Amino acid sequence: MSFPDLAYGAQEAPGNPWFSWRYIRDNSAEIEAALREHVNLTVSAVIIAAAIALPLAVLAHRVRWLSGPILALSGVLYTIPSLALFAFLAPFMGVSASTVRVGLVLYALLVIVRNALTGLRQVPDDTLDAARGMGYGSLSRLVRIELPLALPGIITGLRLATVSTVALTTVGVVAGYGGLGQLILGGFRNNYYKAEIFTGAVLCVALALVLDLLLAGAGRLATPWRRRR
Amino acid sequence: MSVINDAYVWLNDPLNWTNPGGILDQLWTHLRLSALAVGVGCLVAWPIGIWLGHRGRGGGLVVVVSNVSLAIPTLALLTILPLTFLGFGDTATVLALAVFTVPPLLANAYTGVREVDPEVRDAARGMGLSSWQVLVQAELPLAVPYLAAGFRTASVQAVATVTLAALVGGGGLGAIVNEGFGRLDMGEVLAGGILVAVLCMLIEAILAVVQRLVTPRALRTRRNRGPRPRAAA
Repeated sequence: MSFPDLAYGAQEAPGNPWFSWRYIRDNSAEIEAALREHVNLTVSAVIIAAAIALPLAVLAHRVRWLSGPILALSGVLYTIPSLALFAFLAPFMGVSASTVRVGLVLYALLVIVRNALTGLRQVPDDTLDAARGMGYGSLSRLVRIELPLALPGIITGLRLATVSTVALTTVGVVAGYGGLGQLILGGFRNNYYKAEIFTGAVLCVALALVLDLLLAGAGRLATPWRRRR
Repeated sequence: MSVINDAYVWLNDPLNWTNPGGILDQLWTHLRLSALAVGVGCLVAWPIGIWLGHRGRGGGLVVVVSNVSLAIPTLALLTILPLTFLGFGDTATVLALAVFTVPPLLANAYTGVREVDPEVRDAARGMGLSSWQVLVQAELPLAVPYLAAGFRTASVQAVATVTLAALVGGGGLGAIVNEGFGRLDMGEVLAGGILVAVLCMLIEAILAVVQRLVTPRALRTRRNRGPRPRAAA
C-alpha cells in the first residue's frame, strides 16, 4: 500500500503554503497569461477612458451648464458596484472580454473626468487674462495654456484611474475575463490553493504599484516647471 | 429585448423573493454584513483619525492608507482572509469589507478635526478647557459634518463591496448575479444587477438625508464630502 498524497505532502510541507516557488515554476505559462490579460485589460481601458474623458472634461469646463449633469451622472454611476455594472452589460454584450473592458472604461472615465475638470478649474484667471491680452485665441489658449496647467490634475486622475482599474479588473472574473482575478478565484475554487491565490493577489498589487510609478514618472517629465518643489 | 423580459419575469416570481436563499434572505445578509463592516470600520478608524486630527499630525499616514487600500483588490482580501486563522464565515467577510471602509472614515475624521478653525481652538483653550475638553466640546461637534460624510461614503462602499462576497460563497445580493452567471441565465443576472444597483442608490440617498440632518444648519452651505473612493473593487 502506498500513500502518494502523504509522500507529496512531505515534499511540499507544510501542505498548503501561501507562497511556493514550485507553484510558480509549474504554472508559469498560466500566470503569465493571466498577467498579460490583466495588463491588456487595464491599459486598454485606461487609454480608451482617457481618450473619451479629456474631451468631455474640456466640454464640461467650456460649457458651464454641462458640468453639473456630467458630474451628477458620474456620481450615480460610481455608486453602482462593479458586479452590478457587469451584470447590466453582460446580457447585452455577451460574456466576453469587451464586456469587462467597457465596464472598466466607464469607471476610469469618471475618475479622469473629475480630476481633469478640477485641474482645468484651478488654472488662475489672471493667467487666462494675460493669455487673452497676448492675443491667444480660444483654441490656442486651451492647448497651450489651460491643458498644460491642468496636467497635474489630469495625471492625478490617470494615476487614480489606473490603480483602481488594476484592482477592479479582478472582478471581471464573473465574466471569465478577470486577468489575475482568474488566479485568485481559481485558487479559491481549486480547493483553496493558497499559493495560487497569493501569487495572483501579490502580482495585482505589484502591477498597480509599477503602473502608478510609471505614470508618476511620466507626469514629472511632462511638468518640468513643478519639479523644483 | 427578451433579456429585459426575462429579468422582469424573474423579479415577478414571488418564489424568487421568499425562497430560502431568495432575494429577501440575501437582502438581509447583505445589509447585516455591510452594517457590521461599517461598525468595525468606525470602531477602528474614528478614534485613530480623531486623535491624529487633534494632535495635528499623521496626515501623511492617512494619505498612505487610502492609496494603499485603493491598490488592494477586494476580491483578494475576500479570498485570503477566510483561509487564515479567521476561518470561513461572516467574521472573515466582515473584516475584509471593514478594511475598505477605513480610508474614507479615517480621512474624514482626520480632516474634520484638523480643519476646525484654529481661533475656535484657541478660544476654547483660553476659556480654560483642557486638551481633552477642547476635543470633546469644541472639535468633535464641529467635525460632525465630516464624520457624517465619511460614514456615508464608507457605508455606500460597504454595501457595494458586499456584492463581491457572493463570489466566495459569502451571500448577499451579489449571489443572485453570480448564480445567474453560473447558469448563463442572463435574465437572472440582469435582475440581480438591478437589485444591487437599486439598493446602493437607496442607501446613498437615505444617508445623504441623514448627513444633512446631523449637519448643523450653519455648516450646511458648503458641501462636505471626502474624496470619493472607488465603489466596488
